[in-house]
Amino acid sequence: MNGEIIVNVCMGTGGIAAGAEMVMKAFEEEFASAGVENATVQSRCKLHKVGCRGFCAKDVLVDISVGGEVSTYQFIQPEMVKRLVKEHVIGQKPIKEWMAGEDYHVFHDNQTKIILHDLGKINPESIDDYLSVDGYTAARKALTTMTPEEVIVTVKNSGLRGRGGGGFPTGLKWSLCAANEADQRYVICNADEGDPGAFMDRSVVEGNPHAVVEGMIITAYAIGATLGYVYIRAEYPLAVHRLRIALDQAREKGFLGKNLFGGTFDFDIKIKLGAGAFVCGEETALIASIEGERGMPRAKPPFPANKGLWGKPTIINNVETLANVPPIISKGAEWFASYGSEKSKGTKVIALTGKIRNTGLIEIPMGMPLNDIIFKIGGGIEGDKLFKAVQTGGPSGGCIPQQYIDLPVDYEGLKSVGSMMGSGGMVVLDETDCMVNIAKFFLTFTQEESCGKCVPCRIGTKRLLEILTRITEGNGRKGDIELLQELAEDVRDSSLCGLGMSAPNPVISTIKYFRHEYEAHINQKKCPAKVCNKLLTFFIRPDQCVGCGMCAKACSVKAISGELKQPHAIDNSLCIKCGSCYDVCKFNAVIKD
Amino acid sequence: MAGLATKFGSGAMTNSVEGISRNKALFVIGSNTTENHPIIALRMKEAVARGAQLIVADPRRIPLVKFATLWLRHRPGTDSALLNAMMQVIIAEGLEDKDFIAARTEGFAEFAESLVKFTPEFAEEVTGVPAEDIRRAARIYAGAENAGIYYAMGITQHTMGTNNVMAVGNLAMLTGNLGKDAAGVNPLRGQNNVQGACDMGCLPDVYPGYQKVALPAVQAKFEKAWGKALSPRPGLTASEMTGAMLEGKLRGLYIFGENPALSDPNMAHSIKAFNALDFLVVQDIFMTETAELADVVLPSASFAEKNGTFTCSERRVQRVRAAVSPPGQARDDLSIIHAVCSRIDPAAATSSAAPAEIFAEVAALWPNMAGMGYDRLDGDGLQWPCPTADNPGTPFLFKDSFPREGGKAVFSVVPHVLSDELPDSEYPFVLTTGRELFHYHTGTMTRKSKGLDAVAHEPFIEINPSDAVGLGIKDAEMLTVSSRRGAIRLKARVSDIVPAKVVFIPFHYKEAAANMLTSDALDPICKIMEAKVCAVRVEKAAA
Amino acid sequence: MINLTIDDKKIEAPDGATVLEAARLARIDIPTLCHDPRMKPFGACRLCIVEIGGLPRPVTSCTTPATEGMVVVTTNSKLERLRKTTVELLLSDHPNDCMVCIQAGQCSLQELAYRYGLRENRFKGAVRQHNRVDNNPFIMREQDKCVLCGLCVRVCDEVEGVAAIGFANRGFESDICPPFKKDLDCEFCGQCVAVCPTGALSGKMWAGQPRLEQTRSTETTCTYCGCGCNLTLHTHADKVVRVTSRPDNHNRGWLCVKGRFGYEFIASPERLTTPLIRRQKGGPLEPAGWDETLDLVASRLTAIRDQHGADAVAGLASARCTNEENYLFQKMFRAGIGTNNVDHCARY
Repeated sequence: MNGEIIVNVCMGTGGIAAGAEMVMKAFEEEFASAGVENATVQSRCKLHKVGCRGFCAKDVLVDISVGGEVSTYQFIQPEMVKRLVKEHVIGQKPIKEWMAGEDYHVFHDNQTKIILHDLGKINPESIDDYLSVDGYTAARKALTTMTPEEVIVTVKNSGLRGRGGGGFPTGLKWSLCAANEADQRYVICNADEGDPGAFMDRSVVEGNPHAVVEGMIITAYAIGATLGYVYIRAEYPLAVHRLRIALDQAREKGFLGKNLFGGTFDFDIKIKLGAGAFVCGEETALIASIEGERGMPRAKPPFPANKGLWGKPTIINNVETLANVPPIISKGAEWFASYGSEKSKGTKVIALTGKIRNTGLIEIPMGMPLNDIIFKIGGGIEGDKLFKAVQTGGPSGGCIPQQYIDLPVDYEGLKSVGSMMGSGGMVVLDETDCMVNIAKFFLTFTQEESCGKCVPCRIGTKRLLEILTRITEGNGRKGDIELLQELAEDVRDSSLCGLGMSAPNPVISTIKYFRHEYEAHINQKKCPAKVCNKLLTFFIRPDQCVGCGMCAKACSVKAISGELKQPHAIDNSLCIKCGSCYDVCKFNAVIKD
Repeated sequence: MAGLATKFGSGAMTNSVEGISRNKALFVIGSNTTENHPIIALRMKEAVARGAQLIVADPRRIPLVKFATLWLRHRPGTDSALLNAMMQVIIAEGLEDKDFIAARTEGFAEFAESLVKFTPEFAEEVTGVPAEDIRRAARIYAGAENAGIYYAMGITQHTMGTNNVMAVGNLAMLTGNLGKDAAGVNPLRGQNNVQGACDMGCLPDVYPGYQKVALPAVQAKFEKAWGKALSPRPGLTASEMTGAMLEGKLRGLYIFGENPALSDPNMAHSIKAFNALDFLVVQDIFMTETAELADVVLPSASFAEKNGTFTCSERRVQRVRAAVSPPGQARDDLSIIHAVCSRIDPAAATSSAAPAEIFAEVAALWPNMAGMGYDRLDGDGLQWPCPTADNPGTPFLFKDSFPREGGKAVFSVVPHVLSDELPDSEYPFVLTTGRELFHYHTGTMTRKSKGLDAVAHEPFIEINPSDAVGLGIKDAEMLTVSSRRGAIRLKARVSDIVPAKVVFIPFHYKEAAANMLTSDALDPICKIMEAKVCAVRVEKAAA
Repeated sequence: MINLTIDDKKIEAPDGATVLEAARLARIDIPTLCHDPRMKPFGACRLCIVEIGGLPRPVTSCTTPATEGMVVVTTNSKLERLRKTTVELLLSDHPNDCMVCIQAGQCSLQELAYRYGLRENRFKGAVRQHNRVDNNPFIMREQDKCVLCGLCVRVCDEVEGVAAIGFANRGFESDICPPFKKDLDCEFCGQCVAVCPTGALSGKMWAGQPRLEQTRSTETTCTYCGCGCNLTLHTHADKVVRVTSRPDNHNRGWLCVKGRFGYEFIASPERLTTPLIRRQKGGPLEPAGWDETLDLVASRLTAIRDQHGADAVAGLASARCTNEENYLFQKMFRAGIGTNNVDHCARY
């Protein structure tokens, strides 16, 4: 077919941050002006906004498809659009030097995409685009040809487990909820993604909101809920915007509201904006928040499936879990169960960040070895530094060291080494990361996000953080490691909710695998990774120093002296170890040790 | 009192406070419960939290409205029209409890007939409450398995107060909400021992235990017990006493523990009456407005300085115990009364002034308290009737029968009557009076407690924003409020708590006493004064 | 009824009971800080944790329903270690100024510190500073002593229906305050003060007065409205210094602002302390002796009766005073004077 031209611009958050809106505008303007010259372009060309493409490190990503032949361009900026339109769109000659290279394909080819399959391909603001990729056929199938029990059995058989971190079997949860006598049940989509560096749910809602809506419809039908909520962070305005559009479109088509798909089932969805509290991702706190209370967790049991929102049986599933439901219904439990490992079926979306070359959003079959994720998909460590560890499961997860590089990434695998799946965050650390500092970083986060309700979490995490802080500042005491371990265990074992129970994980796992780093900080007052400034001594190598004076200028306490064009020196009695001199020196003459 | 006593044979709260939380529907009329009975209100809030439906009927947006399923904002003085219309709906829609009516009541036919004209539409005209809301209220109340009615001075302090109470009684009878747990007709007593003062015979027509002075058999019983000849003639009610004083028929008066000069309607009138007396004795703990008029003032003890019992709203008799000594030469009331009585006639006094012994004397004279004694009153006390020493007390009345001849409750026809004094062009506003949370009655005690006086330290008049605009009044501006009987100056509180054309003044403040304005028109049956409705004029105060 | 085993004891508990309630029925001691049977379980203090057969980690007994056949362990070295750490953490963020604290002797935290022998603290660190002055007249808020048990917030919401205070902020800086951190402006019922397990909330009028342990208690009944609430008057040196109410009473320990804080009138300098006689019409009221005054009252009333008949004399009794007083008062008029002219102002 000669001539259908489709231009897809990545309008995921990463894309927008890299300037995708400007790129989009440039295309529109270019088409307008070019169209005047050449009517063939305008009539046959479609310009699409698409969701996250995954490879955020290469944004803005633009696909230009001519007659079905797709070329992917990377690092596109507005000023490049003119040439793209002229040469590729009109001239039908791809611009080779701007196209994504081998690494782009390696990145994608090693993934298995169920959730992300249509992301970056369809326009998230168009229900017709979603329908064109068989959208809503699963919901129609479930509601018109299956009983609720059959839906639950299918999900049970698929082996789908909660993707929000708990890993509880989804079908089992549904059947527990459906078993309650109740005049009202609810389904809630947990889109309150709060882990620092995580953007799985956000990308799915931004890139394919109808998949989530469809998943909720099927869930509601299975458990007999007539009302659903999407609890989503107010800090995700684009996701909220697209979700609103999706809900309106679905209502217009009769997929939400009364008599869905012409049958007798009624279901609608409301959006509830979260105010940015990490703890509201915890299901009971989330329920409290929807009820208008402060987002504080409640003790379980009773579990939400029995007594949830407004005291009624409630299913809370996260975005990714729900997005898995339509393909399971469409293609069957066996198909889904053919992916993944023995106890963890299907795929997992992972936000791959940290000291990794190919930062981005990826989807892997459950059980893929860490090694493949980091070195195949991720392209290895940035700057060819040495891999040290990977933190999985967000701030509540653990650090997994080099020795477990062949560990299969699934619920059981991660748990076996003291970490967890969490919602799918993966932060890669290299030799320049101090593990004590990493633990401190995560504890800073969890401490600030503790809701304050239970004592171990509110005060315990504070004390853990204080001890970690004093260790990184050279004030660590003998016995601090043991004290950290004891307190971490007590906080883990006596906290009310998942936040407190898992907050100590970074401490426990870093002490387990990197105890020597703690010991170096406490006993030798040294930071092996040379991160903790207060433990470092700064000095200037005379043989490297050219006497440019930059360091002296940067020093706020006037600890550096020296004649111009002569080697400078640092007076350590004055130095406050701020590291400014190290940062400004262009000749690697400032050394920290 | 009189209203319920006529209908049921007893005028006390039929049920218990504890049971309120188990009500499925609550109908609160003429009671600002959260401010006047805060702890009883907690049970109402608990009932609502457990899913009960609450109907509040009050001209003011009282705090309880926040918890209500339905708020009926009727015009002051139109309670019985509202109640009659609800009952008309209940009968018209067949929601009445036919079995209960047949088995346990009399007078239904005539009563039902009297309701025909009280259609919700008629009542809407009278009360200002939309007809549909009246229907809804009727359905909620009649549809609930256990429905309780709660009322206070808001429906009684009217010239038709007895009628209002009878209408409330009719409503409970009509729906079978009597003689069972968590239901009933429940007058909330405004003071700690209203119930007890009534029980003890401090009423002009009855001896202790509501035993009528006019009945020869009763007279004989008490003459025997007290060893004295007694008068068969019922005495004067408190409100009738005022007139008798002015006429010179009543010449000597002994008041203890009350401040009628400030608490009674038409203050100027009552002060004139007290001044006309030959001899006035006031026994109190403070120099009250009434004590200032006395010939003799007797310093007595506060509740913390004496022993005895109080009987609260729910007929619960509880111990009062001395914790400290009275100040100076002040003495506890019982010793004072005993001393006076011994001087008047030693034969009429009790053998000692010991509370336990006096209590035992009461118990011997009234079967409902016969099973009580101080030895049984520790802890929670006992709810009367408690006829025998092993009886655990009675949480709700009329389980098997009503204490009337024949054992049945009687329906009463309640006609449509207007308040005595309605607004006109000269006095265009309806004044209604009441209490606020931080004060109690005439403020004798609360205004001498620093914190309470700090939170609520000055009198005010609530006036609707639309009226304030009409009169050019700003919030906190000084106003003069006058009626045919007097005038006071106080600050405006512009608020939609009151409806248009209605103003509210708390009666705690002697410096702007609401009862300078109120009317002393009486209910013809129980002689209560109409403190809840009178006509006033509101204007900016002269500088 | 539910049959379960707690600490090897076979226990029968009513349907719907929590593990904590079941244990307390069997007189098994489980420490708590945030629990009050009058409110919904909260599960915040983590002291009532127990181990339950089949559950992977300790759970709070206050929130866990007892079920048939359940096997519960309330104490072992693990649980006691967790409890001790919790108390130690609380003390690490507490002024520990029991010497000058009003709640000393009544404080649940002090009791726990004693129970676990926590003289030293492994977790010394930052403490919250809450020095803000709240100008309300009744309730003293010393938030640095707050353990965030939430009882005050819950009683204000669940029982009083007012919700004047709530949790604010997050993490270590979490605290409890009125909206926008304004001064407390509520009904001042003091229910929050009554349930506070530490010295974080107290009565302003109690400051500097003897602590509860130094007072004598007298059980009595409130003098205000018709609710008939139980009061405990705490006295010292013949003065009422505090009022509380027992939770096991029909008013469940709840009081209103008048009942709890309206007791100053008892010791008011304006109290009448001596009989007064107006010796001539229009003249002043002058102090007099009891005998003279009582004689005068009796002689004047009998004189009026003798001259104008018994019905020229009347008595107004009191709905504030006791049954015994009212009884004797009406008897005086009926049997002594010979009239039924006796009434009281609070008739319905």
